[in-house]
Amino acid sequence: MGIEINPTSYLAQGRTLFLLIHWIGNLSFAYIVARRLQPLLRAQRDPRFDRPLARLGNVAKFWFGQWKHPRYRLAGSLHILIFAGFLLLAMRAFTVLIVGVSPNFAMPGLTGRAGELYENATDYAATVVFLCMIFAIVRRVVFKPARYAVPERFGKAHTADAVFLLGLIGFLMAADSLFSGAKAVFLARQGLPDHLATVLSLPWLFKTALASASLSTIGALFFSAYLLHEIVFYFLLCYRPFGIQFHVETSLFNVYFAKLTKGTIKPVRWGIDDANLDHVKSFGVKSFEDFTWKHMLDFYSCADCGRCSDNCPSHAAGRPLSPRFLSLKARDYAFEHYPMFGKAGNGEALVGNLYSEDEIWSCTTCGACEAECPLLVEYIDKIVDLRRGLIDDGNVPQSLQKPLKSLESRGNPYGKMEKKRAEWTAAKDFKEACPVQVLDKKNGADTLYFVDSVTSYDARMQSIARATAKILNRAGVNFGILGSAEKDSGHEARRFGEETLFLALRDHNTEAIQKSEAARIVTADPHAYNALQHDYKDVPPVEHISQTIASALDAGAIQFKPIPANGKVFTYHDPCYLGRHNEIYDAPRHVLDAIPGLRRVEMERSRDRSFCCGGGGLMLFYEPKEDERIGVKRVRMAAEAGANVIVTACPFCLTNIEDAIKVAGLEAEMTAIDLAELAEQQLESDSPASTAEALPELERELIAGR
Amino acid sequence: MEILVCARRVPDTSENEIVLNAEGSDIERDDLVYSINEPDNYAVEEALQVVARTGGTVTVVTVGGEDDEEILRREMAMGATHGVLLTDDCFAGSDGRGIAAILKAFVQRNKFDLILTGVQAEDGGAQVGGMLAAMLDYPFASLVNAIEVMDAGKLKISREIEGGNREISEIDLPCVLSIQTGINEPRYVGMKGIRAVASVPVPTYGAAELGIEPSTVGLAGAMVKRVDYFVPAAGKGAEMLGGSREENIEKLLELVAAKGGLK
Repeated sequence: MGIEINPTSYLAQGRTLFLLIHWIGNLSFAYIVARRLQPLLRAQRDPRFDRPLARLGNVAKFWFGQWKHPRYRLAGSLHILIFAGFLLLAMRAFTVLIVGVSPNFAMPGLTGRAGELYENATDYAATVVFLCMIFAIVRRVVFKPARYAVPERFGKAHTADAVFLLGLIGFLMAADSLFSGAKAVFLARQGLPDHLATVLSLPWLFKTALASASLSTIGALFFSAYLLHEIVFYFLLCYRPFGIQFHVETSLFNVYFAKLTKGTIKPVRWGIDDANLDHVKSFGVKSFEDFTWKHMLDFYSCADCGRCSDNCPSHAAGRPLSPRFLSLKARDYAFEHYPMFGKAGNGEALVGNLYSEDEIWSCTTCGACEAECPLLVEYIDKIVDLRRGLIDDGNVPQSLQKPLKSLESRGNPYGKMEKKRAEWTAAKDFKEACPVQVLDKKNGADTLYFVDSVTSYDARMQSIARATAKILNRAGVNFGILGSAEKDSGHEARRFGEETLFLALRDHNTEAIQKSEAARIVTADPHAYNALQHDYKDVPPVEHISQTIASALDAGAIQFKPIPANGKVFTYHDPCYLGRHNEIYDAPRHVLDAIPGLRRVEMERSRDRSFCCGGGGLMLFYEPKEDERIGVKRVRMAAEAGANVIVTACPFCLTNIEDAIKVAGLEAEMTAIDLAELAEQQLESDSPASTAEALPELERELIAGR
Repeated sequence: MEILVCARRVPDTSENEIVLNAEGSDIERDDLVYSINEPDNYAVEEALQVVARTGGTVTVVTVGGEDDEEILRREMAMGATHGVLLTDDCFAGSDGRGIAAILKAFVQRNKFDLILTGVQAEDGGAQVGGMLAAMLDYPFASLVNAIEVMDAGKLKISREIEGGNREISEIDLPCVLSIQTGINEPRYVGMKGIRAVASVPVPTYGAAELGIEPSTVGLAGAMVKRVDYFVPAAGKGAEMLGGSREENIEKLLELVAAKGGLK
């Protein structure tokens, strides 16, 4: 019985060299990471250590499960293959590294049969990753997907760097495979089983090619493959923290520490409650160090995949904002101002240097970027923090100053009188048909209809208020409004960075709502819905009118009459603050589908990929530089889907889309309507609610009993 | 440079519906929202920008009652160094000359290199700046839309003249300038800023401290007295063009040309 010679013992002659490479590689990597962590240690606090189970769930779904990737089918599938390959190869990479200095090393648990199976799997994994790299390089160089393009104002194309990195990984895979192939030939020459049966894998191809090579050639190749593998491995390890591949290291942490709530905005400073905000000298993000450590980690984690900007309505309309470059510019700033050697950080202002004011005001906070990001990078909180910094320094576009001041003095952005807030209830014909009570000490009701500013004051949008009231009335809901005691929900004030103003509006409304003693709130404005749901505390549960209509339909409290067959094709536009931020996608569709005879088509961009109308609230006052209105793009999408009626469920969407229809010159072929308006039009005139159903339950039972 | 900005609190025209009271002697003031007179806000911003370049302080002064302190705080939140309230029962009902006399008394008790006013008050007549300059025997320039500080106690200023043209002048300090809107983009003041200066004391001066003879100011000293308010009757509405887009464009061009709008 001969002594089995482990071919890896051939590596023994390079042991000192390999040991040296290990030391240099590992120490360099540790040093680089320590330097990269430096700004995070100077950053603002951000408590992300709660709810470990939810966070692990995110890791399982978004990191391990690569949940968002298939949204871009080709690039996503490619990434899933590479990611799976990397996961499989991680253990092997460690084993191979250790083998250089300890030839007989085998990973515990991966010996014998298990070890063979694992090696087979990694043979194919390396092959698949290698092929993916070739494919990715061809894709970037030849096919050049549009979303990787770098607009001139953001610098030069990133193709060279991407190809270099892809090439290095491909090279690493090839070196590893050559190492395996040569090893197998060695074993075979000694008459030992080589276990390399992975037909057509890269190691198998090398083994086959080397079958007739001389032992010295194989030895040299074996040694060189190992050495190259070592060098490239450590080079990549230390080079990744200088570019987009840093996400290989950071993604796990980025996903684990990702924000767990939707629709919310981070506080001005974590750990400081609203009552103590007056003691905070400076609000928001002004210099890089004002970001939280997690937001900095986001910058490191951005993989430059371009999906955020590809979905960003502001970017599509040619506004100066590109979420992708919001991250990349900040990352480059961090690299530049926290260098590997020398002094760090100069605390210069970000806006005016790194970002332009227009860039920061251009965001509609629609959340499309966040819905798309595979790494769960956050954008809205950063934008709001940057806006808080601008507001704090008084840098607010003139067009926004008036509405902000009017919110402060009048409680609405239009500067209209408080006492006219309920004037929509006094419209002729409506007043008698559907009297709306203002809740006060004498008049109580179970349900409070929170109207909010645009629906209260805008002559066109008041129609939504009246439709909402009529539906509630018909559904037998005992409701009232706050009237002049209601102020703007402050949703947009908060998202435009005016936190102090928001808090004043919130406190005022909270008190008024509590005084009304209503048990629930209904609103037809998704922005108000989002504010009441996420920004307010200690208020009754809130419902959007689409949910109220859906449940009234299900309970049989209202019924719809058929819609005449007149060639109308409807499509539903998901408002951002109803859909993406609150995941209410089905209730409005359920309402539409309950209308007999209604033909409905989906736009390609719907549900969580819905395309913002252009932005609500204060965004209506902002005058952005853009090539084409966002709303016009949206109207075209509806036309492409074959629709001629756009149904939405938000007064701001309706404003923008109706305007956009005119701008696009499509008045003859396209109309827009609010879901509440449409539902009210279709109410069965003598639905049961207006007769027996409207009676209190006890009385109905009495009638039934007779 | 020590700069004084004279400001005034007025009903905010963009946030109010101005209606006459039953007697027709004044506007209905119960539901009015007040704010700083907009041109005065530009004057404060300009003063802040000048001291940012040259150093110095900005003092904002107003003549009025305790309600008017609100605008002083807003301007202090903007960055003004001091706010001063000139208040006395005998100041009430002053005409433009009376206000100018009160301001003059305050200016003479201090040392200012430059005095700015807004081009006009939204409820006033663009009189105070000129009168104040005359009373102080200072040079005066109105409708100023750019200020450049030169050496040796001089300013180079630009004034807006008819048709949007500009006239560039040199003016000696100390002087009074009335500031045109659009000279700058005033910074935003939020509630946070106002809260931050809420406890900063605002000194007040009355007639006695300023050495003003009560009978020369206020209603008693006013030579111009308001006798009536009048709202013009609504005229004919806009002319609506009812044709097709092309026809409307034709017609519109014709109308604009007929009124001399096209050359």
